[in-house]
Formats: sequence, structure tokens, C-alpha cells
Amino acid sequence: MGRVSRRHLLAGGALTAGGAVTGAVAVGLGGEEENPAAAPAAHGTRTVPFHGVHQAGIDTPAQAHAAFLAFDLVAGVDRAALGRLMRLLSDDAARLTQGRPALADTEPELAVLPASLTVTFGFGPGFFAAAGLDAQRPRSVAPLPAFPIDRLQERWTGGDLLIQVCADDPLTVTHTQRMLLKDTLAFARPRWTQRGFRRSRGAQDDGVTQRNVLGQLDGTRNPPLGSPEFDGAVWVDSGPSWLRGGSTLVVRRIRAEMEKWDAVDAVGKEFAVGRRLDTGAPLTGGREHDLPDYAATNELGLTVISETSHIARAHVDDDRQRIFRRPYNYDEPPGPDGRPDMGLVFAAYQRDVVDQFVPIQRNLAEADLMNDWITPIGSAVFAIPPGCQPGGWIGEGLLG
Amino acid sequence: MFVTKTGALRLGGVLAMAVLLVGACGDDAEPEAAAGPSASPAAAVRPLAVKDMWVKTAKSGMSATFGTLMNTSGADVTVVKATSTASPMMELHEVATVDGKMVMRPKAGGFTIPAGTSYELEPGGDHLMMMDVKTPVTAGTEVTVTLTFADGGTMEFTALGKDFAGGNESYQPEMPGMSPSPSAG
Repeated sequence: MGRVSRRHLLAGGALTAGGAVTGAVAVGLGGEEENPAAAPAAHGTRTVPFHGVHQAGIDTPAQAHAAFLAFDLVAGVDRAALGRLMRLLSDDAARLTQGRPALADTEPELAVLPASLTVTFGFGPGFFAAAGLDAQRPRSVAPLPAFPIDRLQERWTGGDLLIQVCADDPLTVTHTQRMLLKDTLAFARPRWTQRGFRRSRGAQDDGVTQRNVLGQLDGTRNPPLGSPEFDGAVWVDSGPSWLRGGSTLVVRRIRAEMEKWDAVDAVGKEFAVGRRLDTGAPLTGGREHDLPDYAATNELGLTVISETSHIARAHVDDDRQRIFRRPYNYDEPPGPDGRPDMGLVFAAYQRDVVDQFVPIQRNLAEADLMNDWITPIGSAVFAIPPGCQPGGWIGEGLLG
Repeated sequence: MFVTKTGALRLGGVLAMAVLLVGACGDDAEPEAAAGPSASPAAAVRPLAVKDMWVKTAKSGMSATFGTLMNTSGADVTVVKATSTASPMMELHEVATVDGKMVMRPKAGGFTIPAGTSYELEPGGDHLMMMDVKTPVTAGTEVTVTLTFADGGTMEFTALGKDFAGGNESYQPEMPGMSPSPSAG
């Protein structure tokens, strides 16, 4: 009933621009099928459960918009204070993700369209130190080893606390970010904030591999959400008991050298990646999800997929050694000289950073042809606690 | 493909409708009425439940408690007094327009909550005013508030400290003829 009325009003308003109400409705009735502006809202009220075994925002289909917020704890914040902080933030997230205002929300009207909002919390090395719980820190939750390709900037690197906010609506992300920031300021200061985006929800079928700002299909070989390969690669199943069911997150800010990439022809780009740009198919296959044949050779006896191509260098055989990529694009204003400032907020989830992420990154840093066109400029590592049940809070297994 | 728990999107419209219908209960379901039974007969039947109670953080001076009081009993309930672990002295306030200015002042007769209804305490509206914060209220700390009813019964609940920029109406001390609400605590 409400939907029909709304469609009529929208259609009528668009077509008659201020005509009499009766006229508007009449036109609307006749014209709604042809008027795309009359489509009912599709995504705004969708919710993703906050409570569960795992935190949401990892095995959740990637929403269109994201904000990654890293904080430095202020001096004097101890284990008890961190418990208060995480109770506050968990309460905010539990409400906002379900389309309800946070306590003391100054813009409660903005909370009613969660648009699949998820809020995911991570603890950096300094979090454990502040809590006096360094013994509970997984050994791999530490700064990554230095790679020769890195040009890391302090302003995009490190952090004691991470909040990942994702939703299919950018205003929802903004409101959530603002609310969580306000409740964090008594305990911590912003260190870096990275906003990112993907294709709008509804622009493509859900679940298709998306393109990054370089035009490449990115994530073809990701373990499928909810699959045994995903579970085995992402969820912690050993080590400190408080982290079981959690994960680890590496956030790398990867600048795309767009002007250099512009100068490469399509054949060169495909050779560097090992896949076709249009279909995403490996150079040895015809469709995106065909498995690459790294042994196939051409008439000259050379491998079709170069040993230094991105997919050859990133390939791992063991499903448990894979990482789960959940990347977003960034596009900041170009510089005064017109040079673009674009790239990826590369978010990778895995059980163990040293066992999974580091070997892949080391392979890439040694020889990936793509290194000419991508530059890591930020890096941070976080432990991702497991989820919580209603009445509980994120991090209670560590801090409680 | 997306068969995981968090991946299974559901239509929030249904949820939103449910929240509207349930009204003050939200999805907290369990009202946060606190504390064990008190000696008073009124508290034994616990006429009020509370929901979403919070306190504006304050190192000292004035602050306020907000949230929803739900009268789950079959009779009207009147709150006549409040006290708390943070500020023993509290007053029941309303916000009114006086000479074109928004001011807060003690509410004559306290807060009367008709049977079966909810009563919103919110910035810019009625609230439980903390007159003199003795124990600082910091973000995330819990403050225990005790309400006294017209029949002498009492009940306790906890409220969460939240940083909040609003709630700054200027204070107009009680009007002549109103009875003060100092605490015994």
C-alpha cells in the first residue's frame, strides 16, 4: 500500500512538476512503468546482524562505501578504560546497524537507513600494550616487515584501534563514523581515516567480481563467502583462545600510478596481470573463473602467463594459505599539477598475517610486474576479535 | 553463494515496522529495570521499567540523565524525587519557554506516567537533573540512579555515561511555591 502510493507520487511529481495533485496521480498511474525515477527504494532499510560468532563486515558481501578509522590511544587509557570504550562502541554499533539511533545520537533521523551497515573493530599492537595484555597478542599482529617496494607514509601507517564502517549508503557511513568518533574521543585520537568505494549496490548483480581504479577485475580468486576455504583461511582456530572465531586484518594503502598505467597498451597491461582486461579470464583461459594454467607455453616455448605476472606471483596452492581480499577504491582530489591521487584501500583478512599475508606480499615485492604501477604508501595490522552475543561487547574475551 | 549468517540480508523494513509496533521496547526486549526488591511496597511490584538510560558526562557541576521510563503497571505512577551515585542532589526538570528563552526548571508535581505508557526524558525536554556532580561521570561509566515515587516506593537503575554536547539550557531555579527535591543521600 505504502509502496504503491509512493511510486505514484514520485512518478507524478517528476512528470508534472507542480501540477494539481489529482492530475499528478493520474499521470503517475499511466506513466510509472516507463519512469525509472519511480522505482521503490531497494537497499536503505536492509540490515546485517551485528551479533554473532564472527564480527560482521568480513563475510558480509562488500558494501559500496567504507570508512577505515584508525586511532591512537591517549596516555593513561588502561584495560578498564578500554573495556568502557568497547562497551560504548559495541552498543553504538548494535543499535546503528539495526537502523536505530545510538544513545545520545544528535542526528537520530540519519540512523533509520542502515543500508546493510556493518561496524567491525580491530586491535593494533598498541592496544594490547595499553591493556597490559601483550602476552595475549598474536605474534603476527605487529608491523609488517619492510618490503623494498614500500614507500610508507606515517600518516597512513599504524594505529592502536581500528573501526571499519561499511554500508551501501555514504551518508549512513558518515553518520556512523561521526557517532563512533565522538564516543572514541575520550579515549583516543584519530590517526588516519581512509574512505573507499566500490560500485553502487544494484549497479551490477551482487557477488560479481568488481573492477578497481586500474580497470582490473579484482578478487576473482577470493575464497567464496561462507565456503570451507573461506572459513579455513579467515577465522582464527589456534593461538590465544580469546581470538578464536576472530581474524586478523592488514590495511594497506596502495597508490595507483595512473599516469604510468595510462601509458601502457592493453597487451602490456594484460601481460603484467596475467588476465584479460575485459573478461578477467586468465591468459590461458576463456572465462573469468577458469583456473590459470601456469605451465602452458606459446610457440616460442615461453609460458603464456609470465612467471612475473601478478597472478603468478600471488598464487598459492594451499587454500589455508590464501587471504581474503575486501578492497575499496580511493580517489582523492588531484594535485595542482593534475596528477591523480587514486588507488586502493587494500583490506586483507586472514587467520595469521605472518603465515598467509607476508609470504604472498614477499613474492609480489620480489618480482610482480605490477610493481611499476602500484606503490604501498600505508600499512597497518590489527587483530579482529570474534563477534559477541546480545548483551555482550566486542573484545570482552580479551578485556573482560 | 552468500549463505553466511551475516551475509544473509533481510528486509529491514519488516524490522523497522516491528520496532515501531513494539515501541519503547526496541530490540533490547528486556527492560533494564535494575536492583533487587526494595523494602517499599511500590518497588515490590516495580511499576516502572527503564530503557536506554544515559548520563551526559561531567567532571563536576550540573549534568542530566535521559532515557525512557515505561509504566508497566495498571495505575498511574508519579516520580517525585531522584538521587544518584554521581550527584546525590537531583531535581526533576522540564524545559520551558520563559520570556522567549528556553530554560529548564523543576517540574511542578514531578513526572506523572499514566498506566501503560512511556515517558521520554530527553535533551530539550523533561530530564533528571544532576545538580552537583560529586563523582565525575566519564564516558562508559555506569551511574546508579534511584527514583522515589509519590507513594514512597523507590527503584534503582543504571545509566551509561555518554559524551554529549547538548543539553545546555540555562537553569532557572525553582519557582516560588514549588517544593524542592533534595536528596537524602
